[in-house]
Amino acid sequence: MTTTATADANGVDLAGEFDPPGGLLAGVQRTLHKYPYLSPLAVLIMAMIIFTLLNERFIFAGNLSLMTQQTVIIGTLAIAQTLIILTAGIDLSIGAVMVFGQMMMANLAVSATASNVTLGGWPAPAAILVGILISTLAGAANGLLIVRFNLPPFIVTLGTLSVFTALTLIFFKARTIQGPELPNMMTWMGNTFEVGPFDVAVGVLLMFALYGIFAYILRNTAWGTHIYAVGDDPDAAELSGISTGRVLLGVYTVSGLIMGIAGWITIGRVGSASPNVAPEINLDSITAVVIGGTSLFGGRGTMAGTLLGALLVTVVKNGLSLAGLDQAYRVLAIGLLVIAAVALDQWIRKVKA
Amino acid sequence: MDDSATDTQAASEMLSDLQPILRGQDLVKTFGRVVGLNRANIELYPGEVLAVIGDNGAGKSTLIKCFAGAHQPDGGTMEIDGQEIAFGSTNAAREAGVETVYQNLAVSPALDIASNLYLGREIRKPGVLGSVFRMLDKKQMRIDSAQHLKDLGIGTVQNITQAVETLSGGQRQAVAVARAAAFGSKVIILDEPTAALGVRESARVLQLIHDLRSRGMPVILISHNMPQVFDVADRIHVQRLGRRAAVITPQSHSMNDAVAIMTGAMTVDEADQALGPVREPAEVAS
Repeated sequence: MTTTATADANGVDLAGEFDPPGGLLAGVQRTLHKYPYLSPLAVLIMAMIIFTLLNERFIFAGNLSLMTQQTVIIGTLAIAQTLIILTAGIDLSIGAVMVFGQMMMANLAVSATASNVTLGGWPAPAAILVGILISTLAGAANGLLIVRFNLPPFIVTLGTLSVFTALTLIFFKARTIQGPELPNMMTWMGNTFEVGPFDVAVGVLLMFALYGIFAYILRNTAWGTHIYAVGDDPDAAELSGISTGRVLLGVYTVSGLIMGIAGWITIGRVGSASPNVAPEINLDSITAVVIGGTSLFGGRGTMAGTLLGALLVTVVKNGLSLAGLDQAYRVLAIGLLVIAAVALDQWIRKVKA
Repeated sequence: MDDSATDTQAASEMLSDLQPILRGQDLVKTFGRVVGLNRANIELYPGEVLAVIGDNGAGKSTLIKCFAGAHQPDGGTMEIDGQEIAFGSTNAAREAGVETVYQNLAVSPALDIASNLYLGREIRKPGVLGSVFRMLDKKQMRIDSAQHLKDLGIGTVQNITQAVETLSGGQRQAVAVARAAAFGSKVIILDEPTAALGVRESARVLQLIHDLRSRGMPVILISHNMPQVFDVADRIHVQRLGRRAAVITPQSHSMNDAVAIMTGAMTVDEADQALGPVREPAEVAS
């Protein structure tokens, strides 16, 4: 074999091309490309410094504790939204599914003596489990429609947003179930305990635990890698031997499970179960994910980024409020953050080695 | 190539016992009214590079997709190592030892090199961490990936954790070829591996094919690029109108002949074709 005798000597040498080009901007771009949560982290720290300078009450332990609780609903739902957006999907029904599960568990658990009750009287653990199960099935239904019938996630979840909102009203009417009508366990997520100067809510702890679990899954399991691969390039994933349909179905089902848990957390946070809780949560969860550096095109993003994104939304709203600014300015600020985050993502995606 | 025209006669005597590692007979595949394969035959012998050329629509891709498990033929038989097989999926083909590098690469740009090499067949940590917590053994995959790249002579990749999208086209192709070489135990199929590459990067991929050949790995190369085909191939399978028009060698025919056979302007008597193996088993072993 004369042609390949020297193959080792003049083998393909790629080393030269791995040397990155210079320039500060290129370095920043590459760093953000590798660690996408750095930009929300930087903005979060800057925002906290500015708001503290505007009003020192911002940094008080009481307000910091409050902000974690203000983050808990959007923060938990944003975990589900992150998983879905990583697969290049989107879920507009996230709040409707959460409310449906929440109303299911509340109606099952409400004390049987209360007025206008058709269900009721179930033990709290059973009610909570059924509520979470219903949300999980709702998520699986979204996944099934997307995978089996090959429908775009945007359209499917736009439809199921209306479907689950309507089902909630049909089954549970528009009635709000107050906390005192419910067993203690139903509102347990809102209970707080003192850690030094902070009041930590059980729901907030659960939210942080969920972030830890799903960060681990995304980073350290094959399923996590496959979620990125499916969002990155579904054809390549399929040709690599990944069953993209099964991954997508799993993602939407697990997201439904998270929405169910979020329903339980919401009852504790709000202190009641209302069909009208958090009407803007669908878009808010997307906002947190996008600000957290997860790409709407899929395949890129982290749980840490989403947590920072959710916290940033709360910090901006809370801080502007403490600074005495009108509600309209809070909405404006969040809008500008979203646009800045998407623009940054587009720039980061153009990274070259 | 060492095989000069003078000793092909003697060599073919010795080679006549060699059985094909991959064989397709009378393969038929239709897509509605479009005929992709019309009783197509193909044989790949151990240790050789078989180029498959043909005009657009001649059935090159359809043919190799049957062996990659992406298509299921409507008729005919496929054999690997003398065993008749039917691939229900791309995974089934891989498990049988046939690895395919697709034209569009099939790599996941945002994932790093190691994750791409092991995509769809990740290894988990031993013990409870792996079985209960499903934890991936990233370190092992990185070490092995670096070794696979090194085995192929793909320089010293400094950062195996680099995202594939930060690599150039040729580097990505090298990753895709390395993945196939790492896991392809019997056959590697390369579908237009240089179609999207520049001259310099194409040369590198051709070098990779040479290296695979020197390691005795049988390769099927689909290509439009005649100079490349004549550079690396032991035999050239010319596909035309859904079937095999002829099998020639770079020694027996010119590039112009190959084009003439592709377009139907020239036919080759079966006796003048290279239907059997042309590469000696001794070379395969070395």
